[in-house]
Amino acid sequence: MLLSLIILFPLICALVMALLPDRRYLHKVALGMSVVEFLVGLVLYLKFDHNKTGLQFVEKILWIEDFGISYFLGVDGISIWLVLLTVFLQPIVVLASWSSINEKIKGYYVALFLLESAMIGSFITFDAVLFYLFWELSLVPMYFIIGLWGGERKIYATLKFFIYTMAGSIMMLVANGVMLLLAKETLGFYTTSLLDWYKIRIPFVGGEFFSPQTLLFFAYALAFAVKTPVFPFHTWLPDAHVQAPTAGSVILAGVMLKMGTYSFLRWVVPLFPEATQYWSWLFIVIGITGIIYGALMALVQNDIKKVIAYSSVSHMGYIIAGIFSLNELAMSGALYQMLNHGISTGALFLLVGMIYERTHTRDIVKYGGIAAQVPIYTVIFMIVTFSSIAVPLTNGFVGEFLILLGIYQNRPAWAAWAVAGVILGAGYMLWTVKRVFFGPAGQVVQDHGLHDLSQREILVMLPLVFLVFFMGIYPNYFLRLFEKGIIFLVENFHNYQLFSQITEGGL
Amino acid sequence: MSSELLFSLLIFAPLVGFAFNGLLGKKLGGHLYPGVIASVASFISFVASVGLFQLVSEQPEQAKYLVIHAFDWMQVGTFRLPVQFLIDPLSSIMILVITGVGTLIHIFSIGYMAEDPGIAKYFSYLNFFLFNMLILVTGDSLPLLFVGWEGVGLCSYLLIGFWYEDHEKAEAGMKAFIVNRVGDAAFLLGMFVLYSHFGTLNLLELNSLAPKEAIWNWLDPITIGTLLLFVGVTGKSAQVPLYVWLPDAMAGPTPVSALIHAATMVTAGVYMMVRLSYLYTAAPYTMIVVAAIGLLTAVLAATMGIVQWDIKKVLAYSTVSQLGYMVFACGVGAFSAAFFHLVTHAFFKALMFLGAGSVIYGMHHQQDIREMGGLNKRMPLTYWTFMIGWLSIIGLPPFSGFFSKDEIKWFALASDRGGNWIFWGLAWVGSLLTTFYMTRLMAYTFWRDKKYSADHQPHESPWVMTVPLMILAFLAATGGFLGIPHAIAQILPGHPNHWLEHWLKPVISLPTIKQGITVEYEWLLMGLSVVGSFTVAMVTRYLYLNRIDLIDRTRERFEVIHKVWVHKYYVDAFYQKYFVENLVLSSRDLWRYVDVGVIDRLVNKIADVTKELGRGFAWLQSGNMQNYAFITIIGLIIFVLFLFKG
Amino acid sequence: MKGLELFTTVTYAHFLFLSFVLFALGVLGVLLRRNLIVVMMSVELMLNAVNLTFITFAKALNQLDGQIFVFFVMTIAAAEAAVGLAIVVAIFKRFREVNIRFFQFLKG
Repeated sequence: MLLSLIILFPLICALVMALLPDRRYLHKVALGMSVVEFLVGLVLYLKFDHNKTGLQFVEKILWIEDFGISYFLGVDGISIWLVLLTVFLQPIVVLASWSSINEKIKGYYVALFLLESAMIGSFITFDAVLFYLFWELSLVPMYFIIGLWGGERKIYATLKFFIYTMAGSIMMLVANGVMLLLAKETLGFYTTSLLDWYKIRIPFVGGEFFSPQTLLFFAYALAFAVKTPVFPFHTWLPDAHVQAPTAGSVILAGVMLKMGTYSFLRWVVPLFPEATQYWSWLFIVIGITGIIYGALMALVQNDIKKVIAYSSVSHMGYIIAGIFSLNELAMSGALYQMLNHGISTGALFLLVGMIYERTHTRDIVKYGGIAAQVPIYTVIFMIVTFSSIAVPLTNGFVGEFLILLGIYQNRPAWAAWAVAGVILGAGYMLWTVKRVFFGPAGQVVQDHGLHDLSQREILVMLPLVFLVFFMGIYPNYFLRLFEKGIIFLVENFHNYQLFSQITEGGL
Repeated sequence: MSSELLFSLLIFAPLVGFAFNGLLGKKLGGHLYPGVIASVASFISFVASVGLFQLVSEQPEQAKYLVIHAFDWMQVGTFRLPVQFLIDPLSSIMILVITGVGTLIHIFSIGYMAEDPGIAKYFSYLNFFLFNMLILVTGDSLPLLFVGWEGVGLCSYLLIGFWYEDHEKAEAGMKAFIVNRVGDAAFLLGMFVLYSHFGTLNLLELNSLAPKEAIWNWLDPITIGTLLLFVGVTGKSAQVPLYVWLPDAMAGPTPVSALIHAATMVTAGVYMMVRLSYLYTAAPYTMIVVAAIGLLTAVLAATMGIVQWDIKKVLAYSTVSQLGYMVFACGVGAFSAAFFHLVTHAFFKALMFLGAGSVIYGMHHQQDIREMGGLNKRMPLTYWTFMIGWLSIIGLPPFSGFFSKDEIKWFALASDRGGNWIFWGLAWVGSLLTTFYMTRLMAYTFWRDKKYSADHQPHESPWVMTVPLMILAFLAATGGFLGIPHAIAQILPGHPNHWLEHWLKPVISLPTIKQGITVEYEWLLMGLSVVGSFTVAMVTRYLYLNRIDLIDRTRERFEVIHKVWVHKYYVDAFYQKYFVENLVLSSRDLWRYVDVGVIDRLVNKIADVTKELGRGFAWLQSGNMQNYAFITIIGLIIFVLFLFKG
Repeated sequence: MKGLELFTTVTYAHFLFLSFVLFALGVLGVLLRRNLIVVMMSVELMLNAVNLTFITFAKALNQLDGQIFVFFVMTIAAAEAAVGLAIVVAIFKRFREVNIRFFQFLKG
């Protein structure tokens, strides 16, 4: 019931927000309810048995019998962290919205809670149809959040975001249909349960692009690649980030992008093991290209939010390259990096939002020398920057180190290219920091009397800063806990491999 | 006391100081508290390191180390990375130097930074630096060393850009970090190579797993791994080709230059190579590269030091040059000599930087040596302590620099790991150049007639600054007795052996002397060095004080060379033009023409095509109901016809 | 059936033919006439043509189903006329226009 509760509760929150008669308490009620949801998440975490492999808290109710579609929820050592990340970021985002959202507050919070519900749903469901449902459902609130509370070109950005992602997921829909038929063919009954689908053996021919497994692999991969976004499909991201309100950017970067990378782990890798293995080189290349390309793009942006948006592309490159290195080190690193990115990029967007509220500009050229005006802000921004460029003792280092070590184990020569991202990352972030915070006082300092962070804003940032250090100094706390999930994935992968080899030879 | 307790004192005292000053320093106000708190923290650390040193020396000869296990940092499958610290003969000396010199510099800073509004921030950074540096030298695995390695880089970034309102200073900090990052990236790769080959990153295990026989193979993982780590060294220890950040790093406060950019952080690379001495000696090709780069750096930096006018820049190039000697010593397998020079250099270079700080303080923040002169009368304490530093660096006995430099030069010829006359000759020339520019610095700053204007009367610094100077001067004068060369030891009563070499013997690889090189050679080389240095010093002093016209004329004669030296061999300009600017420009093009021009346009194009297609078929939707009805009926008729036909 | 018989003897075919003619007229009216009210009347004409067909077949096959259907159709026709005319009146009040070509607001 806990999992149903964690999906349902935000829906109830949305309903309460919609019906709340008194507008004065909207902000506070939203905060309170998001904290309660976070507590529900904590209960889930505390009750979770980390020594068990496989799914826990399973809820399975047959929904549409004829096609074996069921309401199937469960969490394992991988998805629980993304659920926690989601419920953790929600109160922070709500608190950060107190001052930035001044109109249509009701609708805003309704959208935010609906979004939370849909995102959590997509992390904990193990039924293909339900997953598709949540996946698409999460687009709708985000569409409104960007489209109604966004910047100047919000309509363009939100349409691009919606249609691009939608176009990608059409592929998934088609592939889902094919998988359903394959299930009937090989297992003898219709089912959309992911666990049943794992058992399907799909014919694979190495060099042939038009073999079923390869086609299905690319259909899913395309859907997730757009969402992640992976290098050539990334252009919606800067537009969406720049136009979105702060909360939208934080959720988008912090959680929504992880839906793409998580789905690679949950769907693509175990469903299509041979194709994954065969095409892993392509995705490592794309990942590494993304690392370098994103960094180069971030280097030349003049909009702070665009810098961070392109840095996301770069970080997503690490994650994709890590996942497709297909070893325990890189996969753990990739999962760790998902959480890191949620925290540090989320924090960066929050910080940019805070300064934007004061100056109403994100143009780096207009900034300069604000460090003396806003010391606390500067300190927090620097900490998050160092986390983003993976300085040791911050969370970013652990993820990048494991991923790079993993890539090296798999393909040594390519790791050298990935490591270039370490240099470029420092380049664009520190250059941005230098232009915004240091040097002589810039235009914004002269135009606005900047005031430092309020207590509320410090409260918003504190949990994130704490996690930056905690995850950097004591990563084992987390790594130990995802071990089972990753091992399950990696081992299943190899078992499957063995099995299909036998059938190829013998039958 | 137990080693765990001592060690936590060592590590946490600066960390607590950092946290205290960082969080509360500003609220407390006052110009004294932050400095005192930080200095006390640093001193506690020093006391702890003395205790640890004592503990190590009590250990039995075959296992002369302490291991302090804290917790597991990362563990994924078979990859396990504990946070574990190693106090052995090597790191115990290193922590003594760091905390000892560090404490003196903290105390000096109380005076030097007294009037700065950011004093609390300054001392918190300084403490944080100590913390990271201690992690660096005590970490027992490469990743942990890397934690400190990047941590000190971070502190260096923060302290170089301490006066961030100044555009150039902020830029210098950034440059230091990014140039170091280039090295760090290679360091990461080096770790990966070694991990894949050995299956461990523990320093002791790496050394013990290193093959005993040298591997003459460029593509061997050990060669590649050590070379990549060495690229990291060229970043951190400012070697060619990544040395460019160090002269710029002089933008930071002068005590910072003394602590970070002379005595401790920049020697981290040398320390790392000494740590992995067995691994390095197993890769002779790497050793050749290391020796060549070290020597090249030593000579090139010395030539650039000749033409500097900024007192700190002269010292900066001299630091690069001395670091070159240390790296070179590693390259010929004389790791103990490199470490010996590291220690003495920490003493005399910290002394000289603090002396320069005292001069700058006395001169009201004037750093140009052309505006100085005659300070020996005005600032006698500073002058005499600086003098000891000078005597030490130019290598006159019995000052510390003589012993350590001489040992390096001796091994340049005598080491069986590549010693030869060419190496010795270049090292000798380098040391004469050092003598030349350091004497020039002395002449301009102290010996010449005064050049400062009457309303800027220089004054001697307060005792908080001069006492550290005197202590350092004492260390610089006597530090050499840690390693008395064999030749001298033989004729001294009691035959005091080379204490440092003996102390380090359990942990590092020691070179052997080539066949046919006898003690007489040692005397000969020593004589050549001392006589050479002395002559050059005297001639330089004479020229600068009495025949400045000769110097000017020589400069005019060799205008081209002078220009090349002033422009630092155009390395900086080269990097700026071909790496930085090209990267930014081509990224901008890439963004404009590929990201916006191709990828995004393609996305928008697909949307546009869809839209156009819709518009193309839109005429069907005429809005006229009768048209729709007409089409329906036509359709119906066709349908019926089909029905009846088939 | 030959000669005058075609005119003197009324067969089912005659009914059906009449129904066809009426229906065709109705269709043409809907397709070609511009006046909304005439269009509506044409629709009625088509409905009644269909009614005629129903009755013809009911008689021919000796079953009541067709006749019952006619009642339904007449009800529908009445309702449709009522609603349709109301709409036409409303439209006329709003736009002062009953020419069907005027109403092309859904043009793509």
